[in-house]
Amino acid sequence: MTVALAILDNFWVFLVIKLLAVVLVLLGFSLAIIYAELKIMAHMQARIGPYFAGGRFGWAQPFADALKFLQKEDLVPDEADSPVFRLAPAVSLMSTVAVFVIVPFSPTLIARDLDVGIFYALAVSSIGTLGVLMAGWSSANKYSLMGGLRAAAQLIAYELPMVLAVAAVVVQAGTMSMVGIVEAQGGTALFTIPGTDIGLPFVMVGQIVAFGIFMTAALAELSRIPFDMPIAESELVFGYLTEYSGIRFTMFFLAEYAGMFSMAALATTLFLGGWYLPGLDPTIFGPFVMMGKVSLLVFVMIWVRVTWPRLREDQLQSFAWKWLIPVSLANIMVTAVLKVVL
Amino acid sequence: MTSYDPIVAMHHSESQVSVELQTPDMTLNLGPQHPSTHGVLRLIAKVDGERVESIEPVIGYMHRGYEKLAEVRTYPQITALVNRIDWVSGFANEIAFVTAAERLMGLEVPERAQYIRLILTEMTRISSHLLFLSSYPLELGAATPLMFALRDRERLMDLIEGVTGGRFHPNFNRLGGVKPAAGGGSTQKTRVQDLPAGFLADTRVAIEHVYEVCDEIDGLITGNEIFHERTRGIGVIPAAKALEYGVSGPNLRASGVRFDLRKVEDYLPYDRFDWQVPAGTEGDCLDRYLVRLEEIRQSAGIIGQAIDTIPSGPLQAKVPRVIKVPPGEIYVRAENPKGEMGYHIVSEGGRVPYRVKIRSASYSNISILPWLLKGVLVPDIIAIMGSLDFVLGDVDR
Repeated sequence: MTVALAILDNFWVFLVIKLLAVVLVLLGFSLAIIYAELKIMAHMQARIGPYFAGGRFGWAQPFADALKFLQKEDLVPDEADSPVFRLAPAVSLMSTVAVFVIVPFSPTLIARDLDVGIFYALAVSSIGTLGVLMAGWSSANKYSLMGGLRAAAQLIAYELPMVLAVAAVVVQAGTMSMVGIVEAQGGTALFTIPGTDIGLPFVMVGQIVAFGIFMTAALAELSRIPFDMPIAESELVFGYLTEYSGIRFTMFFLAEYAGMFSMAALATTLFLGGWYLPGLDPTIFGPFVMMGKVSLLVFVMIWVRVTWPRLREDQLQSFAWKWLIPVSLANIMVTAVLKVVL
Repeated sequence: MTSYDPIVAMHHSESQVSVELQTPDMTLNLGPQHPSTHGVLRLIAKVDGERVESIEPVIGYMHRGYEKLAEVRTYPQITALVNRIDWVSGFANEIAFVTAAERLMGLEVPERAQYIRLILTEMTRISSHLLFLSSYPLELGAATPLMFALRDRERLMDLIEGVTGGRFHPNFNRLGGVKPAAGGGSTQKTRVQDLPAGFLADTRVAIEHVYEVCDEIDGLITGNEIFHERTRGIGVIPAAKALEYGVSGPNLRASGVRFDLRKVEDYLPYDRFDWQVPAGTEGDCLDRYLVRLEEIRQSAGIIGQAIDTIPSGPLQAKVPRVIKVPPGEIYVRAENPKGEMGYHIVSEGGRVPYRVKIRSASYSNISILPWLLKGVLVPDIIAIMGSLDFVLGDVDR
């Protein structure tokens, strides 16, 4: 026992354990989200969805899909820029995994509570688009190239409103630490229901606009409908993924769903109060509360995908530059003024 | 210190910009295998970034030589060919052909047979338009209407199969009437079985579901802001241009020309029912979508009236055992779901026609593509092609 504790006490061993836990948990959640999307989409579309794999309710469908992809040949086109082509999926997947490091599940259950937590999250999540651009450019395919360029344009247009929306929250909370932001909404809350000590999440105290902007930008950054122009299977065959197969395709696929999870987790932390729910002890129920809120946002993302068509690239750009960025700038100003006045 | 001359500066920067930003046009080859072309249409697009400079459709990948094949086949055999032209509306393809042959022979088709033809034609129209309502939103990225529309299209396909024995290729029309259902015996006998039991009641149910799914898709797509953004003002065909290119059917009516062969020609008793010809005003993708949505409702109305008033009687006119068509020449056209479908038959007497010229709707409808797609964006290619609702079998024949 003491030996075991001594080994755990080593910084590097503990770090490795934490990182492994992050990766495993993230992959588990991604598979769960894939299954949820299969089932929820099916039931919204008058279908049943996966039914046979695993015996009941098709629960093993994501595993079966993953196994199938692993068995496929890993093709690299002759004309492709091979090293870049091979590296791109890893870059894309790594960025979403890296975001997960600072997602707080409870006051203590967090891989690393950085002082610049949210800043770090935004920085690494935009690296994912670099992977997409690498994939598009190195594939030596015109459709892939167009998909990659669309993704790059989309990143520039949507990273800005996302950062500005987050900036308003940071101004309101007065900290960039993820734990600190949650603490500002629950626990030692900045805003409470008058007469009680029940904290209010930021979405209920003035940041509803920022929340809307953040979710819109998150959908755009994840390239999900209505912003899935980089893939747009009816126009660009499969966009930047056209030439990918086998495990590299699986990595992009996982990156998308892991990205859904990390974006929903960021939104939960920033706007919905993270692990905090009045009356529940965060050290015990925190992770469950967090997962509940994240699932809600993921459900909304799937719902949006089932309901809406896709925008056009230029319409997306004008939406971002003419509406989202001015509105989020105004939001920061209002937040800052109120912060000083109140 | 020299003063700043704005004109010189502008010229300077302009020349620099034009040197730096001159990008070579990229040739983008869409198809013949591409997820959005509904078959094997190939488009060679010269694009500057995402803007289309010029576009050249290449057709013929689906050419099956039906006009030539028709020269060595008897008339009853040709009906089996023509319902493969536009395969999503097989039954409607047969109508104009058998009507042309019947007119050459001077046959009078019994009332009941005419009603059955009319009901099945309208069902075919609804199922073709439902396929459009399913695939068009899908091309714009909305996957759900596909499932809803196909679910209720299936009821109509089942009904068509119940009567004719075939879902897509019914081959149900005979010269002088329709085929008696299986077990009916010789056409010359008086006691023939016709529509399967319960057909009329099932049709009523199916029609109700068609109305429902139209409302469902209406609620899901028609009012959607993104759908409007993608379709309004996109791919505008002015009425004059549409007529110049020989565009017909819903695409023509969306441009504001209220022309429907069901009102103009008298190949089936459409004049006995109360129905409207819907038409658009702008001629853009949105209008083409709305016209088809409304046509489904009108067709459902026609079917509803027809099954209420269907007369009893024989299914077949009296025809000789060996069908020979007297010498002559005739052109008969009918309103297919995709537009005007016409057959020009030249007969020199005998069991096979001398020449059959097939005028199909999709062929003329896509002839407008090079004009229509000039200067649009790549995503709009898909939106516009989808809204024209063509079938490659109907283009190439």
